[in-house]
Amino acid sequence: MTTAIVADGIRKRYRDIQAVDGVSLTVETGEFYGILGPNGAGKTTTLEILEGIREPDEGRIELLGLSPWPRNPKLLTRIGVQFQSSAFFERLTARETIQIFASFYGVGSRRADAMLERVSLSDVASVPAQRLSGGQAHRLSIACALAHEPELLFLDEPTTGLDPQSRRNLWDLLRDINAEGRTIVLTTHYLDEAEILCDRVAVMDHGKMLKTGAPATLIRELDENVRVSVESGLTDEQTIRELLGQAGADVVAVEDDGVSLSITTSLPGPVLSVLAEQGALRGLEVRGATLEDVFLQLTGREYRT
Amino acid sequence: MSAERTDEATVLVDPPRPQDPKDPRPAKAAGPTAATDDKASPFFQLSKVMALLFVRDKGAVFFMLIFPLIFLALFGSLFKGSSTAHASVAEVGSIRMLDNVHGSDRTQLDQALTITRMTSQAKALEEVRNGTLDGLIEQGPGNTLVLRFSSVDPTTAATVKGIFQSVIQTANVEATGKPPTYTLDATQVEDNSVKPIQYLTPGLLSWAVANAGVFSTALTLVMLRRIGVLRRIRLAPMRMTSLIGSRIGITTAMTLSQTAIFLAVASIPYFGLKLTGSWWLVIPLMFCGTLAFMSIGLLTGSIAKSEESSNGLAQLIVLPMSFLSGSFFSLDSAPGWVKDISRLMPLRYLVTASESVLSRGGGLSDALPTMGGLLVFAAVVTAISMRLFRWDDF
Repeated sequence: MTTAIVADGIRKRYRDIQAVDGVSLTVETGEFYGILGPNGAGKTTTLEILEGIREPDEGRIELLGLSPWPRNPKLLTRIGVQFQSSAFFERLTARETIQIFASFYGVGSRRADAMLERVSLSDVASVPAQRLSGGQAHRLSIACALAHEPELLFLDEPTTGLDPQSRRNLWDLLRDINAEGRTIVLTTHYLDEAEILCDRVAVMDHGKMLKTGAPATLIRELDENVRVSVESGLTDEQTIRELLGQAGADVVAVEDDGVSLSITTSLPGPVLSVLAEQGALRGLEVRGATLEDVFLQLTGREYRT
Repeated sequence: MSAERTDEATVLVDPPRPQDPKDPRPAKAAGPTAATDDKASPFFQLSKVMALLFVRDKGAVFFMLIFPLIFLALFGSLFKGSSTAHASVAEVGSIRMLDNVHGSDRTQLDQALTITRMTSQAKALEEVRNGTLDGLIEQGPGNTLVLRFSSVDPTTAATVKGIFQSVIQTANVEATGKPPTYTLDATQVEDNSVKPIQYLTPGLLSWAVANAGVFSTALTLVMLRRIGVLRRIRLAPMRMTSLIGSRIGITTAMTLSQTAIFLAVASIPYFGLKLTGSWWLVIPLMFCGTLAFMSIGLLTGSIAKSEESSNGLAQLIVLPMSFLSGSFFSLDSAPGWVKDISRLMPLRYLVTASESVLSRGGGLSDALPTMGGLLVFAAVVTAISMRLFRWDDF
């Protein structure tokens, strides 16, 4: 197993803004890596520096063992970059669009067509790229980045502006791509997306990496309470309080709002067995902390999109 | 790769997956696996795309190809026959001497004059006054010929006067019964007095080439940068020469077809363009012109941030250049400082050289210095543009 990306102390300054302030990261081959952060956190600049579009003021970067700056054609054949879906020629069809971008890598039209098929766009191959739906346009831009079968793929907010169904559809595609052994680095606005897709995420703000780790690990480290809720009316609040007290469960709060009976606890096990004994499990829901809570704790602010 | 990092890697071989709906990851390595015979050349694909984008953009087709032709048709019709001062004269009553002119003299007379017979002197005089007629002629007392003309147009007035002077001279010589002592043998040379179409065609064609070269290059460059194609090109292992080559190819195809259409249209009898000896030299001339104007487009496209501003900037350069280079009218009567400025304009040299080879029988020696100059201009402006060139809108 090798390392796909090593970045060490990258910094980039624009006039009076320190956009990237000493970012270091390591991405392993085959890993799905997410960079999270509010707008203006420096995610896109970091990604662009990794891709080799911008030169960092400071720091060392290696992609697949090679430096992305200055431009290195040997490396370029091995990496793929997805661009915003607006980056299409006006007046070209989906098929013409992928063909031209594939040709930049010497990839012929048969493989370009196969890639169109792969992202389920064969039916709309002759539709002008600008008239594709949001989900289709995103898939086309991913297909354009994949036509030359790169080992390492960069995605900048790949599902922004999509409806829930298109997002899920795209997630499946990205998982498949990752399952082929390709390393993926993405920035995203969506915490649920990062939680579902990424092996590891890095939370960024003010140009710095605040924390890196597997989403589940980060959430667990938060040590937040769990909220267990069942349908209201299955058992009364008072009984439950007593039973939980007897069982020695660490209960923070019990409340019944007429719709649900909710119990907040640090240890859901005893709470669940008490509810089970009472036969009060209808509509059971156990909600733990999410990446959003991690994010709030780290950046101290709402996740703005 | 350092040993440390390898260790770190082994820890992360199978990173924890919280939801883990993923399939176990196959060991298949990524990389090109598809057939290797399915290849594409960025140059051909880009050329195809550039051509497609052009023909699908009706506005561009109109502006680059049709619009200059409309100018040619318009100017060609307006100035048609303006150099031969053809005059209309009324013959009031019957004039013996005039009616006696026959043969080749008569043909010459008819070429220069349209003579209409009128009976009313007052009516003819009225028409001279209001400009419908250039003059009237009537039999005076004895052998006198009376010519009354309007001097609204001094050139025509002089022509009419001259023609009748010569008719009378000829009649006088004939009356002596002797052969004339002196004769005039006049042969026309290709000079400044050529028909307007002979200078309108090279002038407007050069302007059309300047337009196409500057605008298509500037607008394409800004568009490629705006939609991120330049960024893609930079992130792909292709050479910039593919992009530059395809642009030169498409623009040249455009300007040379424009040249062919222009020459074909101007040559129809209605406009009557007559091509002289080495007219084909206009092809390499227009090619060099295309490169020179593309370099101006490259410069404006490199400076401008949006299509609108590059359009404005290009217009700011092309429009004054066209007027100062004699594309629309001759600079012969322009003030000295205008002529001095025009010497800085590549378009002026293209206009002059193509007029020389198309209409004045010029040859290689007239075209070569201009071609060389245009290529040097293109090289210098391209070098400057390269310093200002941006891949991205950063």
